[in-house]
Amino acid sequence: MKSEEKVLLRGIEAIGEAALRAGCRCYFGYPITPQNELPEYMARRMAEIPGAVFLQSESELAGINMVFGASVTGTRVMTSSSSPGMSLMQEGISYLAACELPAVIVNIIRGGPGLGNIAPAQSDYFQATRGGGHGDYRCIVLAPAYLQEAVDLTYHAFDQADEYRIPVVIVGDGMMGQMMEPVVLPPFREQLPKKDWAIRGAGGGQSRFLRSLLLDVHVLEAHNWKLHRKYERIRRREVRFDEYETQDAELVIVAYGTAARIARGAVKRLREKGMKVGLFRPVTLWPFPGEALRNLAARVGRFFVFEFSTGQMVEDVRLALEGRRHIDFYGRPGGVVITPMELSRIVARKYHAIQQEART
Amino acid sequence: MRGQIRIRSVLCKSCGLCIEACPKGSIRISKQMNPNSYFPAEFQKDQECTGCGLCAIVCPEAIIEVYREK
Amino acid sequence: MKQVIGRPRLLKEAPFHYCPGCGHSVIHRLVAEVIEELGVRDRAIGIPPCGCAVLAYYYLDVDMVEAAHGRATAVATGMKRCLPDRIIFTYQGDGDLAAIGTAELIHCANRGEQITTIFVNNGVYGMTGGQMAPTTILGQKTTTTPRGRQAGNDGPPIKLVEFLSFLERTAYLARGSVHNAREIQRTKKYIREAFQTQMENKGFSMVEILSPCPSNWKLSPVESCRWIEQVMKQNFPLGVVKDSRGQPS
Repeated sequence: MKSEEKVLLRGIEAIGEAALRAGCRCYFGYPITPQNELPEYMARRMAEIPGAVFLQSESELAGINMVFGASVTGTRVMTSSSSPGMSLMQEGISYLAACELPAVIVNIIRGGPGLGNIAPAQSDYFQATRGGGHGDYRCIVLAPAYLQEAVDLTYHAFDQADEYRIPVVIVGDGMMGQMMEPVVLPPFREQLPKKDWAIRGAGGGQSRFLRSLLLDVHVLEAHNWKLHRKYERIRRREVRFDEYETQDAELVIVAYGTAARIARGAVKRLREKGMKVGLFRPVTLWPFPGEALRNLAARVGRFFVFEFSTGQMVEDVRLALEGRRHIDFYGRPGGVVITPMELSRIVARKYHAIQQEART
Repeated sequence: MRGQIRIRSVLCKSCGLCIEACPKGSIRISKQMNPNSYFPAEFQKDQECTGCGLCAIVCPEAIIEVYREK
Repeated sequence: MKQVIGRPRLLKEAPFHYCPGCGHSVIHRLVAEVIEELGVRDRAIGIPPCGCAVLAYYYLDVDMVEAAHGRATAVATGMKRCLPDRIIFTYQGDGDLAAIGTAELIHCANRGEQITTIFVNNGVYGMTGGQMAPTTILGQKTTTTPRGRQAGNDGPPIKLVEFLSFLERTAYLARGSVHNAREIQRTKKYIREAFQTQMENKGFSMVEILSPCPSNWKLSPVESCRWIEQVMKQNFPLGVVKDSRGQPS
């Protein structure tokens, strides 16, 4: 596949190809539905790339630790899983964050909690954006809604991971993983950034060690504030979001990922019927685009949060708007996915109710 | 063959393994406490050290140097 | 007089924090001596455990990377796959290797990862205050087996080197001990053979080492060594359990 040509790819495979082009040379992961096509794709493709390592790990627990080992050597590395496997990886992600190691981790979210099912969901928002494992840390969390965006975000994720020395989590769901869309693939990265901090053997110099055990409380405190300052820098620089038809909207739907695709379809339908509805779509779930949402709230009075869960991102929306706007929520957990038509009816009802309220 | 040892007594934790290992009884516990509040092992210069090195091999702190007559 | 034994060059100056008579410091010394004698200090990377030896990086003068409890063999796999010419070794205790990290160990060994594992077996969880380990022997009293380990409740102790010997790609597996000078010298040889296995890409290598824990065994250092001689090594036979390096792979 040459760069700059459009190819038709399955979502999950597009993410894999983008990763390889970004210079990812290691993949460790364990099969779990609905993302098995990614390790399978990587197994095929990496055999064609000299020096690339594909290893199916014996568990997600082992996989994330293999990622840790590869990352320490300065190699660009990724893993992927789905919700229950992500739970197993939380310990490893905490260690990656503590040691400031870059890695890209893809979570194709499925219905939960527990074994749940394999249908699309957005019920790992808390897990992804609130650290997920133990300790005071964050990961950059990216939520593509379209396959081209998934390709671009994945490609860029490796740069972000290296620049900030942070795990980057890309969230999707089975629907996006399976759908096929034409995408333009980016070129293979030739030059990768140097990593002086990597541990590769003392090589005639002083030996070094990498660790997260900091027994002196003042040392650990300082380390935590250092991480915190990094997260503040990321908050200032890496927020991404998208808006659709919000310029004169009286009600704005807030949704991300597949929910946002559906919401966009609903907005189109509602606009055709003359309703002034728009869509605010966070692309980075962390850092959350709170400021942009607040700016929007300067001219929009009502927000309607739509998620495939019982309500997780809605809390960040409420936090961002500090109770200064009315926020409604509609969610479907467990893997239930509604159509743009169904959503448009639900939003229309709310829209008309708001109009009625305004008149009385 | 004659030998002698040097023990860095400030780091000795008085485990007694060198005394147990020595075939010549050339080491005993000192009556003087070291700065870490241990009674360290002490080389008895007047005993028959052969420089066999068994003390250094068993010493967990790696603080025994062994010398042998050339 | 000529100096015949001194402190290994690859042991840093820091005084060991280990208890008097602890086997860890002896084993650190052996690892330091072997790495120096084989001339691989510049390309060695060690992975310490969660346990008393968590601070091994204060003592061994090689690059080291701390891993989560039990995950050292998975971290080693990731590292070795990226840097195949480095000498990667894990240094793990009975909790790290025989309990929480056993799945990672088995699969790392099964794949025949070209790494070396130093397994320190002292029959208890030292760092956390002396609880039962998978290697605690029947009848042995620990803080969580106050009446002694019972096979009916806790199962018998696990013999890891024997366990791994059934895996095809484990090339060199030995069990040594540090309870007297003769066994210490023998164990040093096992460690050297294990590192050499890795240097020659012959497969996975592991040396289990019986080690005294006077503090948690509630015995003096000398008594602890006697207990290994009289009791522990009857449960964990010493010697080379498997050496298939000569055979074609």
